[in-house]
Amino acid sequence: MSVEGATVPRAELASYYGRPVLKPPVWTPEIPIYFFTGGIAGASAGLALAAGLRGNDELARRAWLNAAAAVGVSPALLVSDLGRPERFLNMLRLFKVTSPMSVGSWVLVGSGLTTTVAAADAWSGLVPAPVARPARALAAALGLPLATYTAALLANTAVPVWHEARRILPFVFAAGAATSASAAALLTTAPEAAAPARRLAVGGAVAAVTATEVMTRRLGPLGAPYRSGAAGALKRAALGLTVAGAAVVAGLGARSRPAAMAGGALLLGGALCERGSIFRAGFQSAADPDATVGPQRRAIAAGERRGASRRK
Amino acid sequence: MPDAALEVRTYGAEARPRVGFFTDTSLCIGCKACEVACKEWNRVPDDIAPWTGDSYDNTRALGADTWRHVAFIEQRVPVGADGAARSLVQTAAAEHLADDAGLETHQEGDGLRWLMASDVCKHCTDAACLDVCPTGALFRTEFGTVVVQQDICNGCGYCVPACPFGVLDRREGDGRVWKCTLCYDRLKDDREPACAQACPTDSIQFGELDVLHVRAEKRLQTLTAAGQEEARLYLADSDDGVGGAGAFFLLLDEPEVYGLPPDPVATTRDLGSVWAATGAAAVALGAGIAAAVLGGRRR
Repeated sequence: MSVEGATVPRAELASYYGRPVLKPPVWTPEIPIYFFTGGIAGASAGLALAAGLRGNDELARRAWLNAAAAVGVSPALLVSDLGRPERFLNMLRLFKVTSPMSVGSWVLVGSGLTTTVAAADAWSGLVPAPVARPARALAAALGLPLATYTAALLANTAVPVWHEARRILPFVFAAGAATSASAAALLTTAPEAAAPARRLAVGGAVAAVTATEVMTRRLGPLGAPYRSGAAGALKRAALGLTVAGAAVVAGLGARSRPAAMAGGALLLGGALCERGSIFRAGFQSAADPDATVGPQRRAIAAGERRGASRRK
Repeated sequence: MPDAALEVRTYGAEARPRVGFFTDTSLCIGCKACEVACKEWNRVPDDIAPWTGDSYDNTRALGADTWRHVAFIEQRVPVGADGAARSLVQTAAAEHLADDAGLETHQEGDGLRWLMASDVCKHCTDAACLDVCPTGALFRTEFGTVVVQQDICNGCGYCVPACPFGVLDRREGDGRVWKCTLCYDRLKDDREPACAQACPTDSIQFGELDVLHVRAEKRLQTLTAAGQEEARLYLADSDDGVGGAGAFFLLLDEPEVYGLPPDPVATTRDLGSVWAATGAAAVALGAGIAAAVLGGRRR
């Protein structure tokens, strides 16, 4: 109607009664816990294989057991999140590369089977070598994507705080997996055999803190969820626990078993809070219509995109 | 990313012309007959909630139990050149213009303007919900529409945050995801969807998409010529972020005023960079583990 309305820029972004454009996810807290256990399982398998190849059987056995335990509880967490848990097998009706959840389901199945065989062999020695050797290699190989595909799952949504972090989010998850797998090993392994786990724990913690900082900075205003509410509180907790855990492991982990265990527990807590923070941030981001409309408007204003509407 | 035209071609001789909705919001009178007809025909459960106080909209948003949603926007727009309210005489003159064009914006003498729009699933050409669905419950029909197979859906919920329009949601107590089917059952009987049939002003027009596009262009021309310069087509072009949509709209203001994203993009368009980063991170994790184990002294 008004000629002015067409030329005067809006003081602020328009919205429909401040309501979200997107739907928040329907996922339950089992999902970030699965991100955590999947990371432990994936990175533990790699740690176990490498330690075994290096002749550190004590660390290898414990890491295989951690991997098997973590990969064992994972399907239960996922199934309980489904709206129709009795239909969980429908996840394996297809293999769809456009759906990280489909790809991940197959990775989890493969990882679960091979890790279980590898762990059984590590503790019993009863599995014939022609079976155990490829099982170990496959478990370690599948463990790496098992630890990172969950980031692809989140990034492949319309939720701005996840989607716009798509290039860095998998590295946050990889670092968290390295930290938590080695922290789990520190809980069960004597310090004399745990040197590789200590190095991985400290390195992973440094990488996790760095990657998270890079992610939130690159997100700019879209990273607001990480500074407020549940996501913000969890992020601060993750940072504190991770830094404290890494310091304890680096300083005392080689000398004292109780210190190594305490450091490992702190690191595990930090990794869990980190996944929880990222998970909650998605809910906060989806609930904010400005987070959805703002970047789209700016891209249109900058001439990078033409948008979805066209006047005469 | 799967191509919608390719998906329909797999139907072979059973493939039908792509159909959709042209929702011309300049004709909407906010009667909500579409909402009621949809609920009745599709047996969508009631979801009665307290009044919002947001104009006449107590339906709130599309969701598992709302497949048509009429938005009500009250705007006080400066109508004179000086931003002052138009006199009754001027309004009457404008109404003659409105009569000629059949415009229904309900602008009143004090500058209050009503916008009403019936929202629905867009049945995108590049449908993110369909791409991310791990079970194949979401599929492309022979009419080019996007439908959830309720006997397959296991309620994983991935489509919910994947939709750039916030259309899909999981139904409480049922556990599965529900959304507009574009009345798939009626289409199979060569009948138009319930909402389009119930619409008393033809604000919701159903038909073959090619035909609707031609009609929409004409309508846009008429309204623009009548001075409605804010009129625009939304999701009518195949070069937008979702490849155009089966349900497209004529709007009288920016999309976000109606709660619609101005530049929706199917998330799977960035899938290449997502998988590349995921693979690189997996390799980095492997390298980190190897370095930690092999890097130090033995043990």
